[in-house]
Amino acid sequence: MSAQRLVLQGAEPGRDLTAIADYREVGGYGQLERARGLEPQAVLDELLAANVRGRGGAGFPMGKKASFLAKGTGKPTYLVVNADESEPGTFKDREIMFTVPHRLIEGCLVTAHAIGATNVFVYIRGEYLHEFEILRAALDEARAANLLGGVTIVLHRGAGAYICGEETALLESLEGERGQPRTKPPFPAVAGLYASPSLINNVETIATVPIILELGGDAYAKLGVDNSSGTRVFSLSGNVANGGNFELELGTSLRELIYDIGGGIPGGRELKAVIPGGSSVPVLTADQVDTPLDFDSVAEAGSMLGSGAVIVIDDRACMVQLGLRVAQFYMHESCGKCTPCREGTRWMVQLLRKIEDGQASQGELDLLLNVCDRILGKCLCPLGDAAAMPIASYVDRFRAEFQAHIDQGGCPFGGESSLEGIFAPVDQHTHDPVAEVPA
Amino acid sequence: MAAPSLYDEIQGIRAQYPPRAKSAVLPALRLAQERYGWLSPDAFREVADALDETPAYCESVASFYDMFHLAPVGEHLVEVCTNISCALVGAQQVLEAFEAELGVHPGETTPDGSVTLRTVECAGGCGWGTVVAVDHRYREPVKAEDVPAIVQELRG
Repeated sequence: MSAQRLVLQGAEPGRDLTAIADYREVGGYGQLERARGLEPQAVLDELLAANVRGRGGAGFPMGKKASFLAKGTGKPTYLVVNADESEPGTFKDREIMFTVPHRLIEGCLVTAHAIGATNVFVYIRGEYLHEFEILRAALDEARAANLLGGVTIVLHRGAGAYICGEETALLESLEGERGQPRTKPPFPAVAGLYASPSLINNVETIATVPIILELGGDAYAKLGVDNSSGTRVFSLSGNVANGGNFELELGTSLRELIYDIGGGIPGGRELKAVIPGGSSVPVLTADQVDTPLDFDSVAEAGSMLGSGAVIVIDDRACMVQLGLRVAQFYMHESCGKCTPCREGTRWMVQLLRKIEDGQASQGELDLLLNVCDRILGKCLCPLGDAAAMPIASYVDRFRAEFQAHIDQGGCPFGGESSLEGIFAPVDQHTHDPVAEVPA
Repeated sequence: MAAPSLYDEIQGIRAQYPPRAKSAVLPALRLAQERYGWLSPDAFREVADALDETPAYCESVASFYDMFHLAPVGEHLVEVCTNISCALVGAQQVLEAFEAELGVHPGETTPDGSVTLRTVECAGGCGWGTVVAVDHRYREPVKAEDVPAIVQELRG
């Protein structure tokens, strides 16, 4: 298995399809026309047959999610596109938006037809200014070409908050609130945006919809492997020669992505660890590099495919420093609603800093795992888990390195780690991130 | 023709959303910030007035989001991503180069008010790190040796 450009089709490296004429040249908007000639249920059936799992991170089957939408409520049905890409390591939705924005728009219009929606909201992260401008220009072109067919698409920009990628926090933010997740149920399919039935899908998922129609759901389902159909745009970053986004059939091995496509580890260094699905997922060790990149195989290896962001870590990185930086991120991004996440992420940062500084006792290493355990599964949204899972995995899989910090009373890398002294945004805030938690 | 007032621009945004929805809060705050550089108490009053909300409500929303400035910032904004993918390929060296060139630490503005230096969480350019956003436009990849030219450009 190898590279197969479907979502990024036509947008060869160095060429974009931002202009509608170029997009039409590769068959663009052909599936919209076809879909509008079909009954909505027939379109939905193709999505169900394709068994396409959400590309945002959770991996929930898209067709099934759409079929949950409440009917006969007397309220409008909304389609909301999650373009709040913020998971560390992930930059694929951005590339889809700046190279094939019309494929996203076509996907929105086909999906809107399938679910009977006339209002689409695209929630795009505030930092993506360039991508917003490209998408806005593409939308203007589509409107001028009379392709919207009575559907309105509103581009709604975020303002800098990782949590707004969580679907209910996104809805809160889109409704003009602080982006704090909602209690479920009710699920968005029943009461989402403006308390109306809402389908929320990731950019890549929606951009895949025209492809599914083009190939047919059954044919799409044959791509990839069992239970992980199709292609994904993998974001490759970290200590690798050629970082970037690579669209591959699901089931391609990590080794193929990192070495054959990514050109391997530069500078003659050794592979130490791989994060296979964004910073929220447990780490894999170098000996797991033959793991196929599909939902089930990565789960069997003890991690998650998540957002498809593969972060390569070479032997110069101190895993305690990595853990500290990851924990600082989640502490910064915790919305503060649930106590285990709000307090737990802060506590993790304090303990990891003590370990890194060689000030931690043996008991505090166990305490770190205990804190992780007391966050896991105890919060309204997955952010707490997203902090606890990776940190617990670093301790679990690199226990000797954590132990060495305690035994030696300092970092065994002696200032030579690739992550030495990395500065996190929490440190520029007015509060003191290392204030002691009373015993 | 005079440019539309902030009030009128905000009414245009409100029309994109259902009646009574508060969805225009974020876009309205962004417009005010683009106009005034930061969200002062006066700016909150103006936005609140245009949205039929209270200034306190608008501030409570703004304070949740990293991109809103609740205090004045410099004429230019330099934001260095220091999340793990960028950190693995030298973000700390890039940040230190900006500190040396500008003479300020992250979170600070140069004494002449021209540049504010910040670190930010994952900007979404991980494979092309280190990502630096200069006035919200991404430069990628930025190496430590590229920093003097960027600062020179800002100082004009």
